[in-house]
Amino acid sequence: MLMFIGLPIISSFFQSLHIEPEQILMEVEKCDPFGCKTETKVDIEATNKLQEEQPLGRFNGLGTYGDRNHLAFDEIKEAWTNSSSIAEFTDILLNLPFYKALLFTLTFCFAVTPPVVVLGFIVALSVNTITKSLKGPTIFGVILPMIVTPLIGSLVLFWMIDAKGILGSFIQFLFDDPNLSLKSSSQLTWITLIIYGIWHNTPFAFVVFYAALQTVPQDPIEAAIIDGASRYERVRHIVIPHLYPVATFIILICLMDNFRVLEPIIGFAAEGVAQSLSWMIYNDLRSENKMLFGSAGATSMLTIIGVAILLTPVLIRTWREFRTER
Amino acid sequence: MESKINRYSKQLILINSFFILAWLVVSVFPFIWTFWGSFKVKADFFSRADWMFAVTGVNTLIETGDTSTVKAYVESWTEGEFWKATMNTIIITVSVVTISLFLGTLGAYALSRSTYKYTFWILIAALIFRAMPHITLVSGYLFPFFQLNVWGILPTTIIVLVAINQPFTLWLLYSFFKTVPKELDESALIDGCTYFQAFRFVIMPVMWPGVVTAGLFSMMLAYNDFTVTSLLLNQQNYTMVPKINAYLGTIEHSGNYMWAVSSVVSATAPLFMIIMFFQRQLISGLTAGAVKG
Repeated sequence: MLMFIGLPIISSFFQSLHIEPEQILMEVEKCDPFGCKTETKVDIEATNKLQEEQPLGRFNGLGTYGDRNHLAFDEIKEAWTNSSSIAEFTDILLNLPFYKALLFTLTFCFAVTPPVVVLGFIVALSVNTITKSLKGPTIFGVILPMIVTPLIGSLVLFWMIDAKGILGSFIQFLFDDPNLSLKSSSQLTWITLIIYGIWHNTPFAFVVFYAALQTVPQDPIEAAIIDGASRYERVRHIVIPHLYPVATFIILICLMDNFRVLEPIIGFAAEGVAQSLSWMIYNDLRSENKMLFGSAGATSMLTIIGVAILLTPVLIRTWREFRTER
Repeated sequence: MESKINRYSKQLILINSFFILAWLVVSVFPFIWTFWGSFKVKADFFSRADWMFAVTGVNTLIETGDTSTVKAYVESWTEGEFWKATMNTIIITVSVVTISLFLGTLGAYALSRSTYKYTFWILIAALIFRAMPHITLVSGYLFPFFQLNVWGILPTTIIVLVAINQPFTLWLLYSFFKTVPKELDESALIDGCTYFQAFRFVIMPVMWPGVVTAGLFSMMLAYNDFTVTSLLLNQQNYTMVPKINAYLGTIEHSGNYMWAVSSVVSATAPLFMIIMFFQRQLISGLTAGAVKG
């Protein structure tokens, strides 16, 4: 009985809430007869004619996808024919907003994830060995960066890194260059953002690894000790294989979460040099005079495609697991 | 005996403690620094001359006559209307947690007891929605909300947050419900309970840890959210996090930077308290999610 109450609630919940974005996007791009007509009809009756024409703008087909701010087919074609070398072509390509953002997003994803996994594993191993009475406070300290919101976390770091803050002054002192500022060049900003990403994501990897470490079977470890395996060998050949599935889980979650990086960019005030896909959407929706729904929608769709590509491995894996469970 | 075999060498303990200490400094120090700095004036916290000023508070002494001041707190809470943001945050957080727990427990219970194939698809859909960047969903909501004239108010934001939060709650609670044996509710039914009674009096008491965990995660999401709240709320209805961002944006007031610093502390403190209190549930919840993931 509850199943029949619960399931429709959930499914209708998802349908009503999550398909909605796509519907609107369809209106924007294709003007799907379904969504578009019903929308405008309400408008005609409810509001005046001006607003009826205003809301979504004119019909643009797939045009928004192809324009300069998104996939930019024309510009690419032009660059391909005009540029003499691959280097020049990539240079032009990466100056287009969408590809610039894509490059940053992907760089961020793939630069942050491996260190996060490695560091999380090492921290989990070492926390696992300390005495019990100290464990609670230590864990609390370690997970702090994760539980604060990214915006606050990045602001906190940003203030320290500021040329007038403690870390900023320290770095200047270290390199003996009073004008050095992490905000000055785009490379340094990227590195700062990536370091922030590692700082923020490691606790998550730590918590999952730590929890998984508790489930490592003791028998093989004892057997290995009797066989004379060193500590390193035990970790390498027993613990790590046991943690493989967990590691893939962490990697996937990390990739997914970092793919939507937005708050750190705002927190670090790095909009000028580092834009992510999420930031592009945010910017479109925040713009002062008119909200660029079409542009935001197109970027959203492209982002969703990106996420889908990232997600395919995990979906296949879950499907296999589910089938074997049956 | 096991511990004897598995003993650690002296160097290892040394390296280990050193590493942990270093890591703790890296993760905790920024917060201590900000907390300390929030009691100073701007000239100290962003001291151009010497970073030690932020510790000793030289300019604070000059400006206010004491080495530390609560001026930024008082101003941001009164003049900056941070109390309003706090109220909004409390409203949003409480509603989101209540609604998503209510729907989540019912739904996850049904899913965990269902033997149909579509269970899988619903869970997979939940996983996919979990992976969607929040902002793409927001960009979808924004337009109809403008059309329906419900933009900028709290209830719509609550609904959106619940929707974003629901997949994760569902997964989490689903894996918790899986651990509750089926025999338990069957025996309750045999004893003459209705379905609802069985759920309410037999399953829920067993499920408390899971519910607390799911509640904590919903709370963190609602409390920490920036994307949704900053785009879907208007200035008057801002919650804490967009409010802090708004303090940064306005330059006309010189004290604003310190407002942001002090509000960061005021926003983070309750969160830390709660997490400290519920730490065990949080970690067990993360694990349950991970194992199922």
